[in-house]
Amino acid sequence: MTNQKKTGLIPKSKLLSYAVNAALLLITYVLFFVLIANGTINRYTSGIMTTMFINIILTVSLNLVSGFLGQLVLGHAGFMSVGAYTAALFTLYSGLPITIAFPIGIVLAGVVAAVFGVIIGVPALRLRGDYLAIITLGFGEIIRVIILACDFTGGAKGLRGIPTILPQGSDATSLSLAKYSYVFWLAVLTVVIIWAFVRSRHGRAVIAIREDEIAAEASGVHTTYYKLFAFVMAAFFAGVAGSLYAHHIGVLDPSKFNFDYSVEILLMAVLGGLGSITGSIIAAVALTILPEFLRGFEDYRMLIYAVILIIVMLFKPSGLMGQHEFSLSGILARLSSKKSGALKKGKGE
Amino acid sequence: MVEFLTQIINGLSQGSIFALVALGYSMVYGITQLINFAHGDIIMVGAYATYVMLILAGTPLWAAILAAVLFCAIVGVVIEQVAYQRLLNKNAPRISLLITAIGVSMLLQNLFQIIFKSDAKSVSNVLPSFPIPVGPLEISSVTLITIATSVVIMVLLQLLVKKTRIGKAMRATSEDAGAAKLMGISSRNTIAFTFAVGSGLAAVGAVLYVGAYPSITPYMGSLLGLKAFVAAVLGGIGSIPGAMIGGLLIGLAESLTKAAGWSQITDAVVFGILILVLLLKPTGLLGRNVKEKV
Repeated sequence: MTNQKKTGLIPKSKLLSYAVNAALLLITYVLFFVLIANGTINRYTSGIMTTMFINIILTVSLNLVSGFLGQLVLGHAGFMSVGAYTAALFTLYSGLPITIAFPIGIVLAGVVAAVFGVIIGVPALRLRGDYLAIITLGFGEIIRVIILACDFTGGAKGLRGIPTILPQGSDATSLSLAKYSYVFWLAVLTVVIIWAFVRSRHGRAVIAIREDEIAAEASGVHTTYYKLFAFVMAAFFAGVAGSLYAHHIGVLDPSKFNFDYSVEILLMAVLGGLGSITGSIIAAVALTILPEFLRGFEDYRMLIYAVILIIVMLFKPSGLMGQHEFSLSGILARLSSKKSGALKKGKGE
Repeated sequence: MVEFLTQIINGLSQGSIFALVALGYSMVYGITQLINFAHGDIIMVGAYATYVMLILAGTPLWAAILAAVLFCAIVGVVIEQVAYQRLLNKNAPRISLLITAIGVSMLLQNLFQIIFKSDAKSVSNVLPSFPIPVGPLEISSVTLITIATSVVIMVLLQLLVKKTRIGKAMRATSEDAGAAKLMGISSRNTIAFTFAVGSGLAAVGAVLYVGAYPSITPYMGSLLGLKAFVAAVLGGIGSIPGAMIGGLLIGLAESLTKAAGWSQITDAVVFGILILVLLLKPTGLLGRNVKEKV
């Protein structure tokens, strides 16, 4: 990306695109809010929407590590489970009213998952490539085994009776609306924070590490610090996603957060394009909705995923979007003036 | 004391199965720098091949073993040709190779789940089972057969790698693939052969595993494969004697953890070993230290 107009604090063209995106988000939010409120979207569909936004948070945060930092992580579900159990245990036992306990639980889930991120990241990030992938897989499995072996997590029976996010007695529609509002804005927040991070000075350092770690270090990038930073940030958002998942489903089963689930998140990130946030969002939405249309083929779902994964890797390893981003203002600019067509040209691998 | 010795022997028996599987990981990694995630699932393929031959077709044991070894070798080569070769030729980033390998592993698991359904199949009495008194101990014949078979196969493998022409080609390719090519060694054939041998070894491991634990599922290979991979890393990935030692040590660690009454956290102990090894000595016990070049 060229930074040709960087005179004011925020260039005028950027300000316009921010305004367009914000307006679109607000319209989308209100539209679905109304549709859920008047019952056009039933509880089942709004449940799928909730899952969809949770998947967006997971995929975008994994993309930060695997796409922008370039380190394959196979234990994302582990961080998610830490967040899920933290938030669920907090809302179960804190004694606070749920409307206060749930937001605190979300933050707490992120923080505890981030702490695990530091504990795991400090030793793990000394390794790279395949070994890092395997060691994160190992940690993910250890987290699961420990959750299974502990008493306070409910062990193999799982954790039951997680309170709904509204006080008891609220009707189903307002519960759906509350869930929708939480996941929608948290997904937006996640995307905005990671988007801003990736485009900041720190984000460029992270991308430099992906491109060439030794060269980045030679240019004065503190590689260990930035690797850990991106890793912990991803863990934080995975924890947040976990807390939302726990209160959406209401029951936590440790076997849910296994290696297959980590791979499923990875599949979304790879399919969307490692290094493209909008790609991750598109893939997360598509892979959440698609199985609903393939209800009769439930047995074949993972088989189809596997075939897609192999074919994508063989023929288009950059995924759907490569490292490009989809942007409305970019398309508008391209339509309005031909010369700015060259502006979008990214550096493919 | 008797109890302790029994556990040691059980551990060695379990460990020699790990070692057979770890050899496949190690050999393939040595030549292609690829962690073949699907290798664990080859064990599952071998176990089902044994099941089909022994139970469904009713063939004698030797035919079932032969069929399982051949079938797995073919599956291994097909996987290499279809999924990995294109990426290896293009010198694709390691992350793409690893993701492809995960995809192949998912594919095998789900394919077999659709073919054979997910319920466990029982394959009992594959190997003759009777107690053999050894001093104060009573050891199952299965345990002894497992250990003996593994030892014989490892010796044969050493001979193959050290004494034959193709073995020399394998060592050369693993040392320096580019230079080996210039000396007229076909890297394609060598890689295919390595996959075949590795998968064949996994099939032998599968038969021995089924002999000891007669219940098979489409997902049996993933954890077994991961543990064998830990064994390969522990011994030093790329090193054949390392894989053997690593396998035996992991088997011992597992059976001693179980004997101590912590069977719930056995998996955590194995992965804990992996993490310790990677942090303290990433090259493993017998691995070569390769300096990174700029």
